[in-house]
Amino acid sequence: MLLTDVLVIDATDRFGWLAGRILADLGAEVVKIDAPDTDRSRPEWRAFNVNKRVLEADPSRPANASAFGELLAKADICLVTPGLGESGGAFDPDVLRKAYPRLVVVAITPFGRTGPRKDWRATDLEVMAAGGAMSMAGEPDGAPVRISEPQSYSWAGAHAAMGALTALVRRDATGRGDLVEVSAQSSVIIALSHAPAFFDLNGDKPTRAGAFMTGRSIKGARYRVFWPCRDGWLNFIFYGGVAGRRTNEQLVAWMRERGAELGPLAKIDWARFDPTNADQAEVDALEAPMMKFFAGITKREYLIEAHKREMLGYPVSTMADIVTDPQIEARGFFQKVAGSNPDETYCGSFALIDGKRPPLRYEAGTPLGDEQPKPRRAGGQP
Amino acid sequence: MSGVPQALDGINVVEFGGYAAGPHIGKVLGNFGAKVVHVESRDRPDGFRLQYPPFAGNRPGLNRGGCFSMFNDSKYGVTIDLKKPEGLELARRLISWADLVVENMRPGVMERLGLGYGALSANNHGLVMLSTCNMGQTGPRADTPGFGSQLSALAGFCGMTGFPNGPPMLLYGPYIDYIASTLGASAVLAALIRSRRTGKGAYLDLSQYEAGLMFMGGALQDYFATGRLAERCGNDDPEAAPHGAFPCRDNEWVALSCWSDADFAALAVVMGNPKLAAEKDFATAAARRTHKQPLDEIISAWTRCKTADAAAEALQAASVAAYPVVSMAGLFSDPQLAARRQWRVRRHSEMGDQAYSFPGFDLAEAPGDIVGPAPCLGGDNEFVFRDLLGLAEAEFETYKERGVFG
Repeated sequence: MLLTDVLVIDATDRFGWLAGRILADLGAEVVKIDAPDTDRSRPEWRAFNVNKRVLEADPSRPANASAFGELLAKADICLVTPGLGESGGAFDPDVLRKAYPRLVVVAITPFGRTGPRKDWRATDLEVMAAGGAMSMAGEPDGAPVRISEPQSYSWAGAHAAMGALTALVRRDATGRGDLVEVSAQSSVIIALSHAPAFFDLNGDKPTRAGAFMTGRSIKGARYRVFWPCRDGWLNFIFYGGVAGRRTNEQLVAWMRERGAELGPLAKIDWARFDPTNADQAEVDALEAPMMKFFAGITKREYLIEAHKREMLGYPVSTMADIVTDPQIEARGFFQKVAGSNPDETYCGSFALIDGKRPPLRYEAGTPLGDEQPKPRRAGGQP
Repeated sequence: MSGVPQALDGINVVEFGGYAAGPHIGKVLGNFGAKVVHVESRDRPDGFRLQYPPFAGNRPGLNRGGCFSMFNDSKYGVTIDLKKPEGLELARRLISWADLVVENMRPGVMERLGLGYGALSANNHGLVMLSTCNMGQTGPRADTPGFGSQLSALAGFCGMTGFPNGPPMLLYGPYIDYIASTLGASAVLAALIRSRRTGKGAYLDLSQYEAGLMFMGGALQDYFATGRLAERCGNDDPEAAPHGAFPCRDNEWVALSCWSDADFAALAVVMGNPKLAAEKDFATAAARRTHKQPLDEIISAWTRCKTADAAAEALQAASVAAYPVVSMAGLFSDPQLAARRQWRVRRHSEMGDQAYSFPGFDLAEAPGDIVGPAPCLGGDNEFVFRDLLGLAEAEFETYKERGVFG
């Protein structure tokens, strides 16, 4: 494991759960502080708090102060969100920084700890709006939508883990802890890719793309991106260039082998095909036989055949498709925890380290119990 | 930059590859003081340099691309022709200077070049190397090339975005690549910590697909526990009602949500209709969900008369969760992002002034920064090879004459 001997106290709510999970997956010992009334049966709780142990204790009760103090004195990193990390409480970031000079304190909040809107109330929806991500999802002429299951919590948690480890590198070198401040709003911005640069460089205003690809044809044609298939949807895009050429040629070859009607696709020289020059009538004519062909195949057929033929494009997976994907199975991504509830399966650690996926150590909700985390190693002193 | 040493001072990084998933890792490390060298060649420059807009002044050019510059600030840019034996030798010398190598070529390419982890770490036991690609280095589809924009569909994101009766939705850009790079940055930092503590390096195999699934944890866990298949549901939430985006003046939108009856009562007061919360159609979350359409119309009638900022400010004053749906233009005028110095303007020799994006975290005692603009193609050859690597002038000139910096 990479973070052997690193002890993390995780006093976070939903905004921080993934941070502790990432650090645990990388080998840290993570103790999650949970209020006594916490519902630990919810799927989100279990997904993002597996591989941690839980200390159930009310942080507002002075009687718990010594238990927290004992843990914090040994800890390397403490993750806090506003709930447990409220001002003046046991996990107030400023208090922690003063009391434990070697501790890396990571304060995760929706908007950061300074600025005119730092105290604004927000959940995933408002953070995805504030970070620009909602404006880029949905139909161009319809309402902005948020992306899939709550994402801003994960963006914040993932940035918190990066921040915690950045500060831990420095702590190992200098002996000084630090206060890492994480803004969920700011953490979402990387998800926008290069979209902000359009405005910054040229004053252009990119907007959401919906289910079609627009802006590629100089004649204003829109290209279909999602295609109904026999058991759901496929994601296939007409690309130009080398990658597009291979994909388009192989699609036509596949259709031909299946005896599918080709229409205008039969005559196209893909080496010369340029999606930027087509008008809508031409695009519609090209897409009609493909619509018919895709309607007859399954998502899995597409996945297998596209791989065999080195074509771009993927099925639009459901959770059931993902858990039965042979690629995921071959790499052992989904894992159970050895010696615990045999029915519960989780996303495993996210990276293979020296060719192995580190096993999950603790089932979600495993109590800290009497066996206290190891004292901190002597190494890393300045 | 302040005079305080940065957190990652003394860490040397070399990157091979391009686009998003590799380079974003180096950018963040560079923002916190690591020395990061981005390796390209003149034959095969980073695909983000030319393949996608925007370009400064809408004039395409190798050193004018905003797509490249967003993920390559705070780095040095060098060119090495890896097809030449001397180029490979120079690459090995550069790697011997590094603590970390990040690569996102297709699986097997680095091995074939003789730059696989086994060869590189033979004389550098502390070396950390991360390989990241669509599917991971192993498995039946390891060799799949692919774009992150489509991988987001395979990993479930597109299928769960959009409205129940409509099609799946595209996400902007290679969304999933940034999940991989963000998690990958943590993995390399953890490996560097171990390397410094024990002298033992590590090889990290990061699949962008698997990394993406970490952000789908709730839906996957729910499926494992109950067999339920999560479906796209617009902006609806199982608990909160209302929960969505509402149209405002000037084609703006505001996002707002009510998590209790008290929240809804506060919303009703702000809208000047306090009795609404007592009406049987809207008194409970369940009732509000059942009567979503008339409720959305009532809220929209109020929001349409306001700017998104005014609506959000009025709601926040009553402790109702709300925020304008910030557009790409709005990101540059949002007062909260401005207070955090999210965008930091640096001058690029060809592109002029550009606002670079700062990561979502900062350190109080050792703050990060945008250390410099993105490099021009091969723009730092002399500095990196002469000053950082310590090549003698004659050696450098020989490499140059033989076209090794091609």
